[in-house]
Amino acid sequence: MTEKEPLFSAKNLKLLREPLGSSNPITVQVLGICSALAITVQLKPAIVMTLSVIVVMSVSNVVISLMRKMIPPRIRIIVQLVVIATMVILVDEVLAAYAYDVSKQLSVFVGLIITNCIIMGRLEAFALANKPWPSFLDGLGNAFGYGLILIIVSFFRELFGSGTLLGYQVVPESFYEAGYANNGLFVLPPMALIVVGIIIWVQRAKNNDLVESN
Amino acid sequence: MKNYSNTYIFMFSVIMVVVVAVLLSFVAMQLKPLQDLNQEIERKSDILASVNMGSEGSDVKDYNAYIEQEFEKYINDSYVVDYSGEVVDRDAFEVTLNLKEQADKPAEERLYPVFVYTAQGGAHKYIVPVRGKGLWGPIWGYIAFEPDLNTIAGAIYDHQGETPGLGAEINTDWFEAYFNGKEIFNEEGEFVSVSVVKGQETDNNPHAVDAISGGTITSDGLDDMLEDYLEGYVNHFKEKRTEN
Repeated sequence: MTEKEPLFSAKNLKLLREPLGSSNPITVQVLGICSALAITVQLKPAIVMTLSVIVVMSVSNVVISLMRKMIPPRIRIIVQLVVIATMVILVDEVLAAYAYDVSKQLSVFVGLIITNCIIMGRLEAFALANKPWPSFLDGLGNAFGYGLILIIVSFFRELFGSGTLLGYQVVPESFYEAGYANNGLFVLPPMALIVVGIIIWVQRAKNNDLVESN
Repeated sequence: MKNYSNTYIFMFSVIMVVVVAVLLSFVAMQLKPLQDLNQEIERKSDILASVNMGSEGSDVKDYNAYIEQEFEKYINDSYVVDYSGEVVDRDAFEVTLNLKEQADKPAEERLYPVFVYTAQGGAHKYIVPVRGKGLWGPIWGYIAFEPDLNTIAGAIYDHQGETPGLGAEINTDWFEAYFNGKEIFNEEGEFVSVSVVKGQETDNNPHAVDAISGGTITSDGLDDMLEDYLEGYVNHFKEKRTEN
């Protein structure tokens, strides 16, 4: 072992920070689009999904990282899938017993977490080759990066599509009387792609490093 | 990259599968009683909610005890009837807990539970469970009828996995409120159910409610569920209506 690295060294912090912006899993790596599209109609499920992905992603990353020297490369994808699926089922079972309301909100998305390409992607690209602590931070960072986009998209979709936020009416009644109407398109899936597209556009306009050279 | 032998890979897989299986079954068994209890409480609170009771739950310390107590207090009678309207000797709540079994059978062979709510002053309301198919999975609900066994006093719906913001809107208060005051028999006393319709004026139509935008398949499923399931109660209701 070489000299001990501080827990929050510059390198480790980068693991946490980068996925929020310049290597965001959704807007830069364009992973996890399917679930970003499905659950961003309202803010609340998006937040629940974010929390669950944070738990599943950070723990699976640590587990795979701990096992990285034992996993035969030929079956590593299956091992990763088993770890993720186990985690998701555990989270679901525990929620169904102790937080029944949340578990009802979540039930639809359990399958989506298992198939979330970001989680597999991080296990494959990072946890298999790194120590548990950096893997944990990487999982956390990417889950936050994913959640951030989810929350931004669902914020706009719920606001313009239903005039509510977290189920509370925020667009005042007087607007509707003056002729304002909720935009039905925001409720439908295509609008998620359009909003994500706009976020990608804004991000690339601000950060030229992300624009492909050709 | 290290080279792993086939034996190692097999051993690794077997151990992994066994560990995961033991872990998951252990957790599932440990948590099962709690999960079952949660479901029972949910059913009871939904039944109460269909007659606007049991709603102060957020302020009480022990929610489960509160629901049990309210259920005891207000749901004074329950029974099970078959398609022809004959009373069958079964526990209504038990049948409701396993309503899926009944819903899978043809309408004529199902058992139909009825819960009787007694309001202050002694008026009875009749609550019946319904179950059907949404877009992604089962949907179910509880319909409370006024003493005339025709007018809907309240409806509560729930679902397993409808899309949030679209089909899942069936369990919102505003959608459920559409059903209040709707009637399932027409003026000639024939069963017509309550339809979920698109783009029609429904305020003055006692047999229709407005569907959910973007939730067409769930709305259609709800429409089918009501027609299919309430029809099973028609014989019993007609009998009861002539008695009253």
